[in-house]
Amino acid sequence: MPQEIEKQYKEILKQYLMKQTERNLYEGQNFSRQLIKKNIAPDEVISIHKATLEEMFPELPMNVWNSFDLLIEMMIRYGLAHAEHQSLLQQQEEMKVEMDLAAKVQRTLLKTTRPKINGLEIGLVSVPARKMNGDYIYFLSDNLNNAGVAVADVIGKGIPAALCMSMIKYGMDSLQDVATDPKKVLDVINRIVEKSVNDDMFISMFYGRYNVENSLFTYATAGHEPALFYNAQNDEFTELHAKGLLLGVVANVSYEQHAVTMEAGDFVVMMTDGVTECRTDEGFIDPKIVITLIHSMRHEPAQTIVDSVFKELEKMQNFELRDDFTLVIFKKTS
Amino acid sequence: MSYRSSVEILTEWDIVAARQLGRNEAKEVGFGTVDQARITTAISELARNIYLYAGKGKIEIERISEGGKYGITIIASDEGPGIPDVRKVMEDGFSTSGGLGAGMPGVKRLMDTFKIDTVVGEGTVIKATKWIR
Ligand SMILES: Nc1ncnc2c1ncn2[C@@H]1O[C@H](COP(=O)(O)OP(=O)(O)OP(=O)(O)O)[C@@H](O)[C@H]1O
Ligand SMILES: [Mg+2]
Repeated sequence: MPQEIEKQYKEILKQYLMKQTERNLYEGQNFSRQLIKKNIAPDEVISIHKATLEEMFPELPMNVWNSFDLLIEMMIRYGLAHAEHQSLLQQQEEMKVEMDLAAKVQRTLLKTTRPKINGLEIGLVSVPARKMNGDYIYFLSDNLNNAGVAVADVIGKGIPAALCMSMIKYGMDSLQDVATDPKKVLDVINRIVEKSVNDDMFISMFYGRYNVENSLFTYATAGHEPALFYNAQNDEFTELHAKGLLLGVVANVSYEQHAVTMEAGDFVVMMTDGVTECRTDEGFIDPKIVITLIHSMRHEPAQTIVDSVFKELEKMQNFELRDDFTLVIFKKTS
Repeated sequence: MSYRSSVEILTEWDIVAARQLGRNEAKEVGFGTVDQARITTAISELARNIYLYAGKGKIEIERISEGGKYGITIIASDEGPGIPDVRKVMEDGFSTSGGLGAGMPGVKRLMDTFKIDTVVGEGTVIKATKWIR
């Protein structure tokens, strides 16, 4: 192999010394591409050059030959730097594959089933900005009269945020009973988070529950983005506020709980700040746009609304999500 | 049957002496110019680590042969502080000069085999071998 390379190099060098055309140089570059592919280090290339010259012009002065040895010595480190670069690239590739796997595990682990309740439509879209999602949705339901939903957002993105999610999932799993009041749900999760998470990790969470029998949507929030309530009769949106500290800050928080009565055509929009704080290179998108978008779709099924809002906002952001995006709609149909 | 020669590392100039010894030995054993330079670079890195982190130690060069193959083993030993986290040190991009391909991972690349024995508080012995291709 090295002999083959030397032979090819000798030919290229001979041609170049004879004609010195651009074409000769181009061939030289193509040859170096092959050398890099074969992992031939720069010090070796110079050594090949030297050997070829020795063959072609044995009468050159000693000083010339000696100077190559200095050059070879100096190129050793360039070769090492190149080899290191190659190995770091490979590590990066492996890491990417690992991340894809982790994201898959996360999706399976955090899967939640959409409740089926008469007279209630549920629309959901949740798209991570990077591979792992830092937003989390959990449904709790008896599939008869009650449908509850938790919308959580870890401050931060990527792997640390994703790891945090599992904790919320297991906290919610432990609740099981959909009759548990929203403020109680937040209280339980807050205690778990406070115990297990570093001081620099914060989670906001909204919990809402719809009951068919009395058409009440009851909710509480831990420092989360306010939900929007659409009243069809008045054709107006109001924000659903409630006092409550972020999860994990202190162990004892009493969360406020409120309720709104839903009529047919009314809906509640729950979201994370990836929706309200959409950004482009020019800055934040006016949050009113989100309301305008939803309003224009108000007669559509819940899933159609969330899908089209996502598509619109994605387009406005040039298909570059900067934050995890989650939007849930509970819409009363009858 | 082996032949060993050595250089004590006490001052920065001893690094040069170790390099010189390594290059001469590599030449006599029959390595080509590029491999001579590689072996010398490896010695240089190991000697510099001894000088910087252990204060003193030694570099030994052993000529070896096995089944008609010839080669060289570098033995760098010191009674310095030892290396607490070898795995980390062997990671690319960890050395203080960071990302220039030098340091211990570089030595490993330059040679065919690389073995490190280190005990915190007792010292470090590194053996690296290269065979003539
Ligand atoms: N003989 C030794 N005794 C104690 N510690 C050592 C020894 N050799 C290396 N180390 C430790 O291992 C680390 C990594 O060494 P390495 O030679 O890979 O990189 P470096 O010396 O930090 O930087 P450079 O790229 O300039 O060589 C050193 O920073 C030092 O802490
Ligand atoms: Mg070093």
